[in-house]
Amino acid sequence: MLLAIPLLPLLGFLINASFGRRISKAAAGAVACGAMLASFAIAVASVVRLASLEPDSRAIVSRAFTWISSGDFTADFTLRLDPLAAVMILVVTGIGTLIHVYSTAYMHEETAPEYARYFSYLNLFAAFMLLLVLGSNFLVMFVGWEGVGLCSYLLIGFWFEKRSASDAGKKAFIVNRIGDFGFVLGVLLAFVRFGTIDFQQIARAAAPMSPEAGFGTISIITLLLFVGATGKSAQIPLYVWLPDAMEGPTPVSALIHAATMVTAGVYMIGRNAVLFAHAPATLTVVAVIGTATALMAGTIALVQNDIKRVLAYSTVSQLGYMFLAMGVGAYAAGIFHLFTHAFFKALLFLGSGAVIHALGGEQDLRRMGGLKRDLPITYWTFLIGSIAIAGVPGFAGFFSKDEILFRTFASGHAALWTVGLLTALLTAIYMFRIVFLAFFGERPPEPVAPAHPEEEEPAAKGGHATGPTHLAHPTHLHDAPPAMALALIVLAIGSVLAGYASLGGRFERFLEPSFAPERVEEVADRGLELTLTAVSIAAALGGIAIAAYFFLKNRRAADRMAERFAGVRRLLQNKYYVDEIYNGAIVQPIRIVSENALWKAIDVRVIDGAVNGVGEAVTGASDILRRLQTGSVRAYAASLFLGVVLILGYYLWP
Amino acid sequence: MSYYLSIILFTPLAGAFVLLLVNKENENAIRWIANVVAFLGFVVSVPLWFWFDPRGADFQFVERAAWIPSVGAEYFLGVDGLSTLLILLTTLMGTIAVLSSWTAITERVKEYYIFLLVLQTGMLGAFMSLDFLLFFLFWEVMLVPMYFLIGIWGSANRLYSAIKFFLYTLVGSVVMLLGILALYFAYHVQTGVYTFDVTQYQKAGFDAGLQWWVFLAFFLGFAIKVPMFPFHTWLPDAHTDAPTAGSVILAAVLLKMGTYGFLRFSLPILPDASHRFVPMMVVLSIIGIVYGALVALAQKDWKRLVAYSSVSHMALVMLGMFALNPVGITGSIVQQLNHGISTGALFLLVGIVYERRHTREISEYGGLSKVMPVYAAIFLIMTMSSIGLPTLNGFIGEFLILQGVFVADKRWAAFAASGIVLGAAYMLYLYQRTMFGKVENPKNERLLDLDNREFATFAPLLVLAVWIGIYPAPFLRRLESSVQHIVVRVSPQYAAKYAECNPTPTPDRVAASSNPAAKFLAAIPCDANGNPLPEKR
Repeated sequence: MLLAIPLLPLLGFLINASFGRRISKAAAGAVACGAMLASFAIAVASVVRLASLEPDSRAIVSRAFTWISSGDFTADFTLRLDPLAAVMILVVTGIGTLIHVYSTAYMHEETAPEYARYFSYLNLFAAFMLLLVLGSNFLVMFVGWEGVGLCSYLLIGFWFEKRSASDAGKKAFIVNRIGDFGFVLGVLLAFVRFGTIDFQQIARAAAPMSPEAGFGTISIITLLLFVGATGKSAQIPLYVWLPDAMEGPTPVSALIHAATMVTAGVYMIGRNAVLFAHAPATLTVVAVIGTATALMAGTIALVQNDIKRVLAYSTVSQLGYMFLAMGVGAYAAGIFHLFTHAFFKALLFLGSGAVIHALGGEQDLRRMGGLKRDLPITYWTFLIGSIAIAGVPGFAGFFSKDEILFRTFASGHAALWTVGLLTALLTAIYMFRIVFLAFFGERPPEPVAPAHPEEEEPAAKGGHATGPTHLAHPTHLHDAPPAMALALIVLAIGSVLAGYASLGGRFERFLEPSFAPERVEEVADRGLELTLTAVSIAAALGGIAIAAYFFLKNRRAADRMAERFAGVRRLLQNKYYVDEIYNGAIVQPIRIVSENALWKAIDVRVIDGAVNGVGEAVTGASDILRRLQTGSVRAYAASLFLGVVLILGYYLWP
Repeated sequence: MSYYLSIILFTPLAGAFVLLLVNKENENAIRWIANVVAFLGFVVSVPLWFWFDPRGADFQFVERAAWIPSVGAEYFLGVDGLSTLLILLTTLMGTIAVLSSWTAITERVKEYYIFLLVLQTGMLGAFMSLDFLLFFLFWEVMLVPMYFLIGIWGSANRLYSAIKFFLYTLVGSVVMLLGILALYFAYHVQTGVYTFDVTQYQKAGFDAGLQWWVFLAFFLGFAIKVPMFPFHTWLPDAHTDAPTAGSVILAAVLLKMGTYGFLRFSLPILPDASHRFVPMMVVLSIIGIVYGALVALAQKDWKRLVAYSSVSHMALVMLGMFALNPVGITGSIVQQLNHGISTGALFLLVGIVYERRHTREISEYGGLSKVMPVYAAIFLIMTMSSIGLPTLNGFIGEFLILQGVFVADKRWAAFAASGIVLGAAYMLYLYQRTMFGKVENPKNERLLDLDNREFATFAPLLVLAVWIGIYPAPFLRRLESSVQHIVVRVSPQYAAKYAECNPTPTPDRVAASSNPAAKFLAAIPCDANGNPLPEKR
């Protein structure tokens, strides 16, 4: 039964990939959505069965076949459902189904073959993502890990005729491969250390050990694995691909680059919680990187003008929160934030998609405004998502973010807590900046030349990150069509309710078997907890108030601020120039060295030069020797005579 | 039955004789006969997959007959798992190469197919021979038809490339022949018998000093064929100028002669020298991996790019082999097959657009996904196979190699794994430049997608790529005894150490040893607790 969960979307992929060019759009969409829905149904049934098991034996294992067996190395193709995987498959299939449904409307302007191609990729993605979370060992996980990367590549570059889209896809793949480099080495080292790549066996072997005091083998293993996570989950230093990934269709951004694939790194750490718990050094690195990423991405999000890019940086920032949680050992809190984030971030992306759809492809916040009137469903759902992510009490984000901040403080990381709190404030500001800019005020008349053309962010120059679908500019704005509205409303409900799953520690208790025997010690200081909660509520509300002041009440104040801190603003708009630094320090040197030094100098000049040199030397030598062959009988007679004289002379010499 | 290998071996040659009798004006008949013969050659070899017994003797289907009794040379054929798989690869790729030439070759059709078929017999013979002189004969036989294929049916710079290919390889073979003769006479000194029997050589245990020299001699012959850095510069030229079928055969099969040579001769006959040369082999391999990939990144010619990617991939194959442990060698062999499948397919792919547009300049293309969607999909799958995406074949070989190399030395593995990143970089860059973007060149607007014949050349490769990627067990099983045979000679400590420090079995070890060959293969060095240790040099 477990196998059917990834196999159904795979079947959908095969159908659309093989016959997609010949069937109607409705059929292609129905196949894809039907496969996801069926997979969701089986996932729910499996989780229900799982929940009915005794807490100590909550796992369903399904072994397919022995995949690789060579020497002492064995990797079975085995799926394993435990509480952690249960949370993930519900997110992937549930939110995945909604986004499939949403896509049927969003992509309706594509031609039938393109439409089928889109859905085949989306189904394939779901299949690999499910494999990733259900895999019972590193190698099966890696199949999913790489597979989702491939689908991400294909979907980012879905509108491949656009240079920026194909560039972004390629960048995503290659940056992820840098992470994979670490991941594979980590897996190999884990195998050498533990003699197995099975998660459970590794955890069982590691559990009795005491945590490494210094920087030992387990620290290296986990650090290498974390390198993989920084690629997939867009953390410093490998986060650069995710903002560019917004070139893909918006539902793809919602599914892959917000709700599911980018959380794989967090999930991987959760999956290996026992191992990571034995490497305090790595955990510190994870927490610091996560916090730094959260803050950095939060600041960049403040000034971006492309609505999807703000959301992309917001995703990077929220992923940073999750890593912070993992790093301080609050695994359940991290996974819980992953869970709630999936709802409201998918909602926000889909909402931005509805805006973009309505505006005929417009993504620039400066050219939006007053959409509240025309797009009521989009507005209300987007608002709920924004409230949820900002951390206002009663909504999902509050529960999970507050939990992370509390755990961080309680585990003695006051500095990280402070940065986390600051990031929470930033989150509220940049989210409500979108809300106020897009839905309030008035929509500026077309076309608006940017106030400071030289400050135009580089990303905007490449045009807007949508494909040919949305080129027309309609005068009448229409709210989300039913398929899109359905997804928005369901996700909005989820963005409120998901948080209540944790009430009374239920979520944590459900996950406990997955993290056992790592039990997070109960912190019983209710007073501290309430104080910290009050502080984070203040941060959320304060952020909303700041955004309201600058972007609703008094936009001139925002401009004045921007002018006063022009340098900072430019730094942020250019994303700290990280892309430029990478390009100048890594990409270009590799290109120049490959082309000029390795190819044109060593290969062509040195090696081939030597080879051809030998050839020419032989030709040259024969050219000289050839002259002996004059064809003149007299010359031959002379040399013959000379030879006779020399030989005779040799023997006759006394 | 006892002539089974000979039947496989001479079917293509017989076809070539038949072709000799056909009027050269009758091109269609020639094409049909060549295709039928090549396909027949494949069909005849298929039972080998089933009849070869993975648990059976080292060499099966052995045929022995006197050939030149005065020097002790015999007609001595036999196959183990390694050669079985390479023979099947050869017959399959041969069929595909012949089929792919239908419309590409319009001049001197008769000679072309005759050369292709003779080449086929040469390659098969090299993989079957257990007599060193016979091996050398086939080794040289391959050279001639390939020379003509490049020189006559090649593109612009074909004469230079053909001669370069010929001379480069010939230099290597001459030195290799010296090595063979050195063994021949040394064996006579030891035993008083004149023989070229490779299986006897493998048991002989030659003097370490002699091994050192002979290894170098073989190295030159095989390393040029692989090709290893810095002997690789014939390859980009030969590939670029060869006709499509030539490139396919060259990449898929001929390069494997070099790696096969190392596995069949250098490692088992010269185990001591093999160990002594590990540092050199590893350094050259690592340079090859990185260097080949970087140079591929800079290429502007489609075929040349694929050729340099071959340099990088074959270097990985060599590195896995010289990890000198079971997993590394297994991975190395699997990766040879994978390279044949994916690189063969990549050359076929270039050939198809070359036939339509007569240019290999990458900048001439762009946006082909729009006009040739099926072609683009196959290209994508083969790109992913080439860069080792799991569920496709490349991953299995790559991972096994990395695992074997990692156990041997972690630093090597770190270098080897850099290919993961660089491989993705140059292949995706190629894919982007050719397949993505708008169709800007008007000549590309009306390119035809694959026709049925062209699709048929890819179909078996696609099936194999997925099969090896998802269920490699049948391939790995066939390789076990060959690998064991090599490892016992070259790294006996893997068997010995296993015996001496075999710990109280942990559950996973018990599971592993239910595999009958695990006892021999499963031995990675372990400490007193039974925890595996990385091997220290």
